[in-house]
Amino acid sequence: MSQPNIQARIRSNPKFAEMVGKRSRFAITLSLIVLVPYYTFMMITAFNPALLAQPLTAGGIVTVGWPVGAVLIVGSWLLTGIYIRRANGEFDALNEQILSEARK
Amino acid sequence: MKRSFSALTAGILLAVSQLALAGPAIEGVEKQPINVSAIAMFMVFVLATLGITKWAAGRTKSTADFYTAGGGITGFQNGLAIAGDYMSAATLLGLTSLIYAKGYDGFIYTISFFVGWPIILFLIAERLRNLGKFTFADIASYRLDQNRIRTFAAFGSLTVVCFYLIVQMVGAGQLIQLLFGLDYNFAVICVGLLMMVYVTFGGMVATTWVQIIKACLLLGGGTVLMVLAFSRFDFSFDTLFTQAVAAHKSGIAIMAPGKLMADPVSAVSLSLALLFGTAGLPHIMMRFFTVPNAKEARKSVFYATGFIGFFFLVVMILGVSAIVIVGQDPGFFEGGVVGGKLIGGSNMPVMHLAKAVGGDVFLGFLSAVAFATILAVVSGLALAGASAISHDLYARVIKKGQATSAQEMKVTRIASVAIGCIAIILGILFKDQNVAFLVALAFGVAASVNFPVLILSMYWKGLTTRGALWGGIAGLVSAVGLVILSPAVWVKVLGNAQPVFPYDHPAIISMTTAFLVTWLMSVTDKSARAASEAEAFEEQFIRAQTGLGAASASAH
Repeated sequence: MSQPNIQARIRSNPKFAEMVGKRSRFAITLSLIVLVPYYTFMMITAFNPALLAQPLTAGGIVTVGWPVGAVLIVGSWLLTGIYIRRANGEFDALNEQILSEARK
Repeated sequence: MKRSFSALTAGILLAVSQLALAGPAIEGVEKQPINVSAIAMFMVFVLATLGITKWAAGRTKSTADFYTAGGGITGFQNGLAIAGDYMSAATLLGLTSLIYAKGYDGFIYTISFFVGWPIILFLIAERLRNLGKFTFADIASYRLDQNRIRTFAAFGSLTVVCFYLIVQMVGAGQLIQLLFGLDYNFAVICVGLLMMVYVTFGGMVATTWVQIIKACLLLGGGTVLMVLAFSRFDFSFDTLFTQAVAAHKSGIAIMAPGKLMADPVSAVSLSLALLFGTAGLPHIMMRFFTVPNAKEARKSVFYATGFIGFFFLVVMILGVSAIVIVGQDPGFFEGGVVGGKLIGGSNMPVMHLAKAVGGDVFLGFLSAVAFATILAVVSGLALAGASAISHDLYARVIKKGQATSAQEMKVTRIASVAIGCIAIILGILFKDQNVAFLVALAFGVAASVNFPVLILSMYWKGLTTRGALWGGIAGLVSAVGLVILSPAVWVKVLGNAQPVFPYDHPAIISMTTAFLVTWLMSVTDKSARAASEAEAFEEQFIRAQTGLGAASASAH
C-alpha cells in the first residue's frame, strides 16, 4: 500500500486524534508543572530572597532554599519518569493500533 | 585503514609517554609538577578507549554506523552518553567553584542548568527521533528548501561546535598543565589527536562508548568523593552547613539567594539560554538519532536526567564541603594565606577537596577523569561538526543526495581530521585569552538560531523557508552582536569602561527577535512555495507523532 494512502487512513482514524490530543495535553501540563515552579522560584530569588532564607526548623541552620532547590531537581526528574511511563505504555499501545489499522 | 589506525595510535602513545617521562619543563606560573599517578591512570583510560575505537572501527561500515552507531544504542546507554555530554569538566569544576565561592547562588545556577531536560523530553525528544536521520538539519529542512535551510542549519551547528570547541580546548590546556604538569600546547595537541582517532576511525560507536565510560567514571568518582567529604560531617547537613557558615567569609549570607540573581532580567535571560540553548546543542541533538525508536529516545532522557540531577546534587554537597575543608586549609592557598588566591586558580576547589579527603592517588584519579571528560566532550562536538559538513553540506547540498556511501564516509573522515586540526590551532591561538564569553556565545547561538527553527519546524505549520532564513539570521546577528556589546567582551576583552548591553546572556532579546522575525516573515510569505510547505506539514506531523517512515536501526 502506498504511503499517502496509509497517511490518509491514519488521519481519518479517530484514535489518532485521541492519541495526539492526550499526549499533547499531557506533555504541556507536565512542562507547566516544571516551568511554573521554576520561574516562580527564580522570581522569589530576585524579589523576595528572605522567603528562602528562613531556617527550616526553628533555630536550625539549614534554610528553606536548599531543600526547595533539591525538590526542583528531584521533582523534575520524577516527572520525566511519569511521562515515559504513560508515553511508552498507553500512548505507544494506541500508536501501534493506529499503525496496524492503517496498514491493513 | 587498520594499519593507519595502529600507526597513529602507536605514535600518540609514544609521544605521550616520552613527554610524560621528560619531566616538567619550567614555564608558566601555574604549571604544577608532573603528576605521575594521574598520568598513569589517564593512560589506562586512553588505552581502553583506543581498544574500543579499534573494535568500533570494525563495526563502522556505513554512514548510518558512522553518524548514529546504526541506531543500535539502547536508551540506558544513550542516557549515560547524554549525561556524559552534559557533565563536562566545566560542570564539575565550574559549578563546585561557584558554590564554593557564592554558596546558595551557585546552587541556583546549578538548578537552572538542569531544568531544561524535562522540557526537552516533553516537547522535543520523540519528534526529534521520528523526524531526524543524522543531523538536526534533517528536521529543520524536512519540508523547507533543502539547499538554503540545510546550509543555514549546518552553519548554525558548525558555529556552536566551533565556539564550544575553543572553550573545551583552552580549558583542556589549562587544566592539564595544572593537574598533570604537562605543557599547554602539548596538552591541546594531545586532546586534538586523540579526538581525531576516536572520531575518524570509530565514529559514533566509539564516541558513544568513550562518553559512557567517562560518565561512569565521573559519576563514580564524584560519588566517592562526596561520601568521603560528607563523612567528615557525620553525614549531617546541620553540621556541614554550620561549619560552612563559620568558615566562609560571607558567613550566613551563603545560605540564601544573594547578588547573582538580584537582577531578574539577567536571571531570566541566563535561564532562557541554558534552558533552550541545551536543546539547540548539535552534539546533544545528535544523540537522539543513535537509539532505535522514540520509545528508547524517551527512556534515554529519563536516564540522562536522573544521572545529571544526581550529579548536580553531589556537586552541591562537594561545593559546600569544600568551603569547610579546602577554604580553611593554608596548604591550598598561594603562600599559605587562608582566604587568598587558591593554588591553581578559582576553578580548583573540587580538586583540592579530592586531595584533602582522598590523598594524592584520589587526586590523580579525579584529574584523569577530568582529562577524559574533556576528551569525550570534544569528540562528540567533532562528530557533530563533521556530520554537518559531510551529511548536510556535501552529500545533501553539493551532491544533491547523489553521493555514494563511500564518498560520504571519505568526506566525513577528512572533515573530522580538519576539525581536529582547527581545534588544535584555535586552542593554541586562544591560549591565555578570557574565553568565558564563548560559553555565552555558544549557548546564545544555540538558543537563538538552532532552537527556534527546530521547534517551529516541528510545531508550526505556517513556518516557511523565508521566515526560517530571516529569523535565523536575525537570531544570529542579535546573539553575536549583543555578546560583543556585553560586559564579557566589551569590557573584559575590549577594555571599555561600560558595557553597551548590560547582560552577559543575550537570549532574552535575541531569542525573542528570532521568533518574531521568523513569524513575521512567514505569515507575510504568500509565495507558492510557502503554500506547498504548509501543505507538507500534514505528512511531517503524522510521521512526528507516529514514527511512520522514521529511520530505523540498521541490522548488526
